Amino acid sequence: MKDQYRLVEFNLNGKDVSCMVDCRASLTDMLRNDYRLTSVKKGCEVGECGACNVLIDGECFNSCIYLAVWARGKKIRTLESLLGPNGELSDIQQAFVDETAVQCGFCTPGFVMTAVEILESGKVYTDDELRKLLSGHLCRCTGYENILRAVKKTMYKRNGLEWKEDN
Amino acid sequence: MYDMKELYEAFSVEEAVKLRVEHPEAQVIAGGSDVLVQMREGKRAGKELISIYLVDELRGIRIDEEENIRIGSLTSFSHITKDPIIQKYINVLGEAVDQVGGPQIRNIGTIGGNTCNGVTSADSSSTLHAWEAVVELTGPEGVRRLPIKDFYIKAGTVDIREGEIQTAILIPKASYENTYGYYWKYAMRNAMDIATTGCSVNVRLSPDKKTIERARIAYGVAAPVPVRAPHAEAVANGAPVSEETVGKFALAVLEDINPRDSWRAGKAFRQHISVEMARRCLRASILRAGGAF
Amino acid sequence: MQNVGKSVTRVDAYDKITGRAKYTDDLCDNRSALVLRIVRSTIAHGYVKSIDASEAEKVPGFVKIFTCFDVPEIDFATAGHPYSPDPSHQDTADRRILNRHVRYYGDDIAVIVAENEIAAAQAARKVKVEYEELPFVLDAQEAMKPDAPVIHCELFQSNVLKHTDVRIGNYAEAIKEPGLICVDKWYDTQTVQHCHIENFICYAYEEAGKVVVVSSTQIPHIVRRITGQALGEPWGNIRIIKPYIGGGFGNKQDALYEPLTAWVCRKMGGRLVKIDVSREETFVNNRVRHAIRYHIISWVKPDGTFVARKLECFSDQGGYASHGHSIVAKGLGAFAKMFPCPNVEADAYTVYTNKPVGGAMRGYGMPQASFAFDCATEDIATALGIDSLELRRRTLMPKGFKDGFFKTEQYYDSYNQCLDRATAYIDYEKKHKEYAHQTGDIRKGVGVGTFWYNTGVWPISLECSSCRMVLNQDGTIQVQVGETEIGQGADTAYSQMAADVVGLKDYRDVHIVSNQDTDITPFGLGAYASRQTYMVGFSVTQTGKLLKKKILDYAHEMTRMPVDILDVVDSNIVRKGDGRVLVSLAQLATTAFYDTVHCDHLTAESTYQIKSNAYSFGCCAAEVEVDIPLCRVQVKKIINVHDCGNLINPALAEAQVHGGQSMGIGYALSERLIFDPKTGRVLNNNLLDYKLSTAMDHPHLEAQFVENPEPTNPFGTKSLGEPPACTVAQAIRNAVLNATGVAVNDLPLHPQNLYKRFCEEGLIKDPWQKEE
Repeated sequence: MKDQYRLVEFNLNGKDVSCMVDCRASLTDMLRNDYRLTSVKKGCEVGECGACNVLIDGECFNSCIYLAVWARGKKIRTLESLLGPNGELSDIQQAFVDETAVQCGFCTPGFVMTAVEILESGKVYTDDELRKLLSGHLCRCTGYENILRAVKKTMYKRNGLEWKEDN
Repeated sequence: MYDMKELYEAFSVEEAVKLRVEHPEAQVIAGGSDVLVQMREGKRAGKELISIYLVDELRGIRIDEEENIRIGSLTSFSHITKDPIIQKYINVLGEAVDQVGGPQIRNIGTIGGNTCNGVTSADSSSTLHAWEAVVELTGPEGVRRLPIKDFYIKAGTVDIREGEIQTAILIPKASYENTYGYYWKYAMRNAMDIATTGCSVNVRLSPDKKTIERARIAYGVAAPVPVRAPHAEAVANGAPVSEETVGKFALAVLEDINPRDSWRAGKAFRQHISVEMARRCLRASILRAGGAF
Repeated sequence: MQNVGKSVTRVDAYDKITGRAKYTDDLCDNRSALVLRIVRSTIAHGYVKSIDASEAEKVPGFVKIFTCFDVPEIDFATAGHPYSPDPSHQDTADRRILNRHVRYYGDDIAVIVAENEIAAAQAARKVKVEYEELPFVLDAQEAMKPDAPVIHCELFQSNVLKHTDVRIGNYAEAIKEPGLICVDKWYDTQTVQHCHIENFICYAYEEAGKVVVVSSTQIPHIVRRITGQALGEPWGNIRIIKPYIGGGFGNKQDALYEPLTAWVCRKMGGRLVKIDVSREETFVNNRVRHAIRYHIISWVKPDGTFVARKLECFSDQGGYASHGHSIVAKGLGAFAKMFPCPNVEADAYTVYTNKPVGGAMRGYGMPQASFAFDCATEDIATALGIDSLELRRRTLMPKGFKDGFFKTEQYYDSYNQCLDRATAYIDYEKKHKEYAHQTGDIRKGVGVGTFWYNTGVWPISLECSSCRMVLNQDGTIQVQVGETEIGQGADTAYSQMAADVVGLKDYRDVHIVSNQDTDITPFGLGAYASRQTYMVGFSVTQTGKLLKKKILDYAHEMTRMPVDILDVVDSNIVRKGDGRVLVSLAQLATTAFYDTVHCDHLTAESTYQIKSNAYSFGCCAAEVEVDIPLCRVQVKKIINVHDCGNLINPALAEAQVHGGQSMGIGYALSERLIFDPKTGRVLNNNLLDYKLSTAMDHPHLEAQFVENPEPTNPFGTKSLGEPPACTVAQAIRNAVLNATGVAVNDLPLHPQNLYKRFCEEGLIKDPWQKEE
């Protein structure tokens, strides 16, 4: 193959970067292998499980079925970008911890990044809408129950709504 | 890592057409949610790819000079659903593509990819058939337009000629004006699924809302390619808004559809749900059009 | 108890929520690793005659191929059971690292070693295999017929891997009693898969002459033994390291590809080799839940009293023994315990078929058995026209029931307590009557389901747990056990227990060593049988007391107070009489480390062999809505109530229940592996075609507990990991029965199945289908 390696310039977790990437690579391959971003997990490699989900220009994508070269000019965010300057957890991460929404942890980063997209929309969703927004991720440990709760609680907090237990 | 022989990248329609002419054997890849999956499976392994995903001029929705709704072929499902033009004139299309896979798939999946696949289960295709969409193709000779029913040749094969790429899907004004529709996706779970059968119905009612002026219905997975149900449409066209019409309309679809037996679902079962979906979709369409029972 | 019983934050939460927690693939040096790819059979049964790799060898990046003709002539067993020195209790050794005799479609017949995954995949596609094909069989009962092809003819005369029975009283005589009503039913369960989100993965390299295998496993110490056996090497030559794992659910309670990877590593001169099993392979080439068919004949009095019952169970083992008969045997043994009856004739058969291999999966045979047993009770009540909830209350294992074999008892009225809570939550009794005679397309229904489970494997197999505790300079401790964290929160529970036993203020003063390394971690058996919290409870208590004694002995030196009046409370040495703090544990520890007169590193290590078992109980109640024309069931409300003894961490316990409920909903409604009858190939081995529930397929999942302290355990706890998956399907099935009057006896209740049943029962009448 000619030009097997191509220069891709993009913004990764707030920083402008460039990378000579194998054009056969998926974005998952590039983020894991070239940038060692271990939050990007491989669960199916065909876009069915959501474990490799990252934000590209503010929208969620399964990075396993996204070519690395398509990153050109994009703003890509992974779970690693969420920590505060002093290593503090973001509100949504803290909510996952507080609501026992983390078990084996393998689907967790993907879910959190979808939650980020949900929360950044600034909208308040019903439970059914939230379930739909989270439905691109498979989880075998949690039954989605505490994940939904973590996202919902954070959504309430960000929108200044009062949380009641029967919400 | 994908087992591709070569990747050609286009950044404009012009480049894409040029690459298509230069590499006729190469597979076009838009969002890639099907092509890459097949490549990994081994089906398309070792192939050359022409990526058009970064051809940004193919994104977006507008009303064109002829008052068609023009949807750029690379517009993602999620952008279609959120688009105000779609919501105003053909909301059912936004609802249909909002049932594709899950949120991430709806961000990567494009309406062009969904139709160029030629698969019968595509959630957009039954609605596009029911609304008599027009497919726009751009090639070395210029632009060509054809009705979507002619675009689909057979399962997995569409009418894209050498050097062409699909550049837009158009919904003519005569099709969307004063028309209301409903899409039902029947699947085995509520997300991340392909349609067992998809049914899209739309109606235009008389000004007094008592008569169905025009009813159109199309199915996915009721035949090798998406199909209209002309017998059913004939039953409803000009008929009064009534439960009886709905019932007759639903039963008449059996004359038009020919679902197959597969391990995903049996033929008898698909026929059964097809009738039921026709019933529910027509009812819902009539209600949306302001009709009452 | 200062730490136990509280919903404290998981010890691994921070690492996991930041994406820093290292799983197997995160640890592997992928730049230098050679990639393995298995060449799989394209027939369901037969022999490999020859393998031609000449085309494969030409692929750039191809390194090597090993075939079924190259592997050691050693048959080994893969089940993650504790070893038994008694050959009659050992698992069936019926496979090799690669197999010439192919037993299912996709069997491992050769392995490509390549420089990268693309080369490996290309080369694997180019391998040409010549077979001698044999007839195959895909159904357990078909495989029992005399003319069925014998799948393991090297070891057995027929396909029956094992048959066991239970006889109580005299069934043949008892059924002669006049006035009895006979209810005769079949129940069928399907093949499903674990679907942990991290696929199986492992890599191997040589170090100091040993093979080190880093593996996504639940059972590192057991895998060490099996890998040693498979390679014909002393077990000490093998070192297994278990990092964080992305779920297991029993699939990783088996030696999967560790033996193959270790063997290839040896053959490659100790080079780093990695196998990253694809999702498609996970479905077919790991383990699955056994499909088990039950035949239950119940002879009952008109009031519902069980007089005599007959049970037959046919368990579809697939191509290799793996956990084999122990899975169906669990249900067999439970039959007359869960619903005691004076006359029982019960038989269970585990039968080889040419299908993917049945292994351990959350519930170990009890989701299948509980489904059949509980549905049978529902059906008896329906046949007699009596209330099924009432019949359950009368026939389920009563308080005071004693089990001579497991040496345990039903100490409490657990079933009734659980049923009271669950039925109250969904307003069962009112709704069950209300929903009984509905008409219309959309109908609602409520149902309950029950289960029984035990804790660990004693006395069938060995139960033990070893623990090491090490005091640090600052008064905190390290704790190591062989029992593994696989997502369930085990490490957090251990930390809470250890803190309380030693007398530490906070469970975070326990530094649990999460990852097991068989060269370092004390021997333990691993995550299975819902055993870990119960078993570690013993070893942590014993070891903690040993450490505490050493601490107090040292405190005696420091304080000149007799040991008997001292205690460790809140990480301080206190005088028991007046509670005065004499010295902090931190000060004591620093002194012990660095004192020039008496330096002592205070550590403790011990093994506790557990010779007890504990029953776990509970139930599920569900409310469903059935759309009859569309043949769809939606779960509207669901609750599980469990008596798993005292809760160590209520929030984690609740989360465990949610996961089990979710798995149960999938089992009830949508999950199944589909086999091509013409080839034996699995047709839906991906997460799109295999219908695991999404967030949109669930209602709110309610989990509640009845905390009856388990008297045999130091913390009063017992099994919870698996039980939640054992009780959902029957509740949903019974709810659909309540809604529609239609009993569906084979799982799952997916639309196609409901269509068939609704047509049979006349709920759906398609006029155009008349001719059929």
